[in-house]
Amino acid sequence: MNRRAIVAVCAAAILVAVAAYAATEYLGYRARQAAPSEVDTIAAEPGAEVGAGDGATIVFRNTAQGAGYGQVASVPLGDPAGVRTLAPVACDRIDSTGSARLCLSIDRGVVTTFTATLYDGQWRPQQSWPLPGVPSRTRFSGDGALVAFSAFITGESYATVGFSIATTIVALPGAAPAEAVNLEDFAFSVGGQPVTSADRNFWGVTFAAGDTFYATGASAGRTWLVRGDLKTRTLVAIRENAECPSLSPDGTTVAYKTRIEGTPPGQWSIAVLELATGRQTVLPEQRSVDDQLEWLDDSTVLYGLPRTDAAGDSDVWSVAANGTQAPVLLIEHAWSPAVLWP
Amino acid sequence: MYISFADRGGSPRRRGAGATRVSSVVVTLGVVSLLTDISSESVAAILPLYLTTVIGLSPIAYGVIDGLYQGVSAIVRIFGGWAADRTERPKWVAVFGYGISALARIGFLLATGFSAIVAIVTVDRLGKGLRTAPRDAMITAASVPENLGRSFGVHRMLDTVGAAVGPLLAFLILLVLPTGFTTVFVLSLGCALLGLVVLGLLVPGRTGAAVPPAVGTTPVRPAFSWRALADPGLRRVLVVAGLCGLFTVGDGFVYLALQARTDFAATWFPLLYVGTNVVFLALAIPLGRLADRWGRARVFVAGHAALVAAYLCAAVPIGTLLPTLVCLVLLGVFYAATDGVLAALAAQFAPAGSTATGLAGAQTVVALARFLASTVFGVLWYSVGSTVALLGFAAALLLMLPVAAFLLRTRSSPGHR
Repeated sequence: MNRRAIVAVCAAAILVAVAAYAATEYLGYRARQAAPSEVDTIAAEPGAEVGAGDGATIVFRNTAQGAGYGQVASVPLGDPAGVRTLAPVACDRIDSTGSARLCLSIDRGVVTTFTATLYDGQWRPQQSWPLPGVPSRTRFSGDGALVAFSAFITGESYATVGFSIATTIVALPGAAPAEAVNLEDFAFSVGGQPVTSADRNFWGVTFAAGDTFYATGASAGRTWLVRGDLKTRTLVAIRENAECPSLSPDGTTVAYKTRIEGTPPGQWSIAVLELATGRQTVLPEQRSVDDQLEWLDDSTVLYGLPRTDAAGDSDVWSVAANGTQAPVLLIEHAWSPAVLWP
Repeated sequence: MYISFADRGGSPRRRGAGATRVSSVVVTLGVVSLLTDISSESVAAILPLYLTTVIGLSPIAYGVIDGLYQGVSAIVRIFGGWAADRTERPKWVAVFGYGISALARIGFLLATGFSAIVAIVTVDRLGKGLRTAPRDAMITAASVPENLGRSFGVHRMLDTVGAAVGPLLAFLILLVLPTGFTTVFVLSLGCALLGLVVLGLLVPGRTGAAVPPAVGTTPVRPAFSWRALADPGLRRVLVVAGLCGLFTVGDGFVYLALQARTDFAATWFPLLYVGTNVVFLALAIPLGRLADRWGRARVFVAGHAALVAAYLCAAVPIGTLLPTLVCLVLLGVFYAATDGVLAALAAQFAPAGSTATGLAGAQTVVALARFLASTVFGVLWYSVGSTVALLGFAAALLLMLPVAAFLLRTRSSPGHR
């Protein structure tokens, strides 16, 4: 057999192997899609407002295999394991107020694009913004007038600029500022020194009262909890090694993820910081958390953890913010929780 | 197996224009690169998605680690060139490089954590660093000197086809099969293995045999020497490549400037590089031929003039579709006129016996200079704004062009050796 024939046989064998693998995966996927959801679901009634009930509602991305995978779901706080109401929209990250939701989505296609879409209470799209890459975080302000979203900039081949992230703050119609704000344009300082290096990155906004917000600032492999001001367009580092902050509803405490010395890169713990005293408490979660925490109330935080047994599936856990109790599983097969109080 | 179109007919100096004169070795190496690029770019395109949606990690953490390995890749590249020249077995150095990358593909099927992914990408990088110079040396050895630009054009065209097809295939798989990351990894592994088989079986070990003996060079290759890099002709090429590289910022910055200005670029941001690649692959051969006829140094310098125009285009405050498209075309022209042409220039001026080292030297100088340029540009971007930074780099690069043309002036006639 000459060399060309050997190459042809190898090519055919490899093609068959790849096609066989792809076909097996596809059939498995189809079977999972056709199967009923592994959790109990009902479709949302058209026109019904999420969170219209008496108690708090948790809105999240449903990651249960089967029908409804990826769609926005909600459960009452009183029965987190109960039947989940599925909205007709799929989101990768979601935040919600009583009358508005912001959905970051991956629009798959031969050309995959990424979008942030603002919906009203009945899931009617109001406005959308293109994103430069994979969705990361989104949060509304407490009064629902402002919303921030972050996305990775993933447009280039992975060797050119390296990964970076873009964060935008927009005001809902009628609120200020009228134009979308890009955090890259803000003046960033650490210890009073301005930071202008190329690798500045900002993400994970959480809003306080008025023009103040908190976010993550990063440069040269270091991260900081930063306090931002929309009027003066400044970002001031207030603590090193704190990412993806989340301000408690009473505005006294910030929860974030942090790297503990001696752990490998890519390993994050979660901690809370009392703003008035600067006292940090590391919470008793041993697994690495890569999420922006969400406050359930003034004493409990929620976060998502990927499941190790299934790709693309995760659970939402809750832990007391005083660090005295072990985390508990709150909602199975869920991601990106947002808590809605009536 | 030593079929080469260049072998047919007597003297390589003058033959009918337009006939296929590119060696089958070059085409085969192009096919190997095409398969390998499908393999690496399909994974690269979905990696951020995979990290965030499956592994549950921020790519930002990955980016920090990733930066550290850039330097390692540059050193390995020089080593790959040195090993190819020293052993006079460029094929086996290349096989080793491609083999390492194929092994890394198996790793993707097994990896579950952050460190594993970083390790795999690093191994892939090392393989890429190792194989580039020996491969380009084989292209040089299989080509007649007059056609070097065209040979590299053919190779870069095939290479870029792979880079354009890879992401599209990957996204197509994810479109049909939203959780099909492993299918993409399997496809990637299949393409890498096939590339390795094609290289191992269809590329002759001694590509030098394809060079017609009629050229009159002695069959005995001069011994390899590190001093090759100090050869006056090659040094001039390295200096010019380095100087131009100092004002060549990553495409990412140009795309970001466009994205901030136009809705079109914002919506299609993740795909702008595909537009650049399409222009690159369409023009790689014509511009390579032009380089052979009109002068490689001239085309190389003119390619940087296109980059100057691309900077200006990205800086103009016109929020319409046109500047974006023109900018992508100009970037494509820049790559088509400089990427393969620089390899041809370096190969042309490298002393005999040190081709791979010369090629590796040029690539390393360009990589380091561009890394520096991107760093400086990033600082300017935030301190004086994107428009001023782009205009500043455009002006500096424009001033650099006469210097580059002057430095390459005396030796610009192709095939001087």
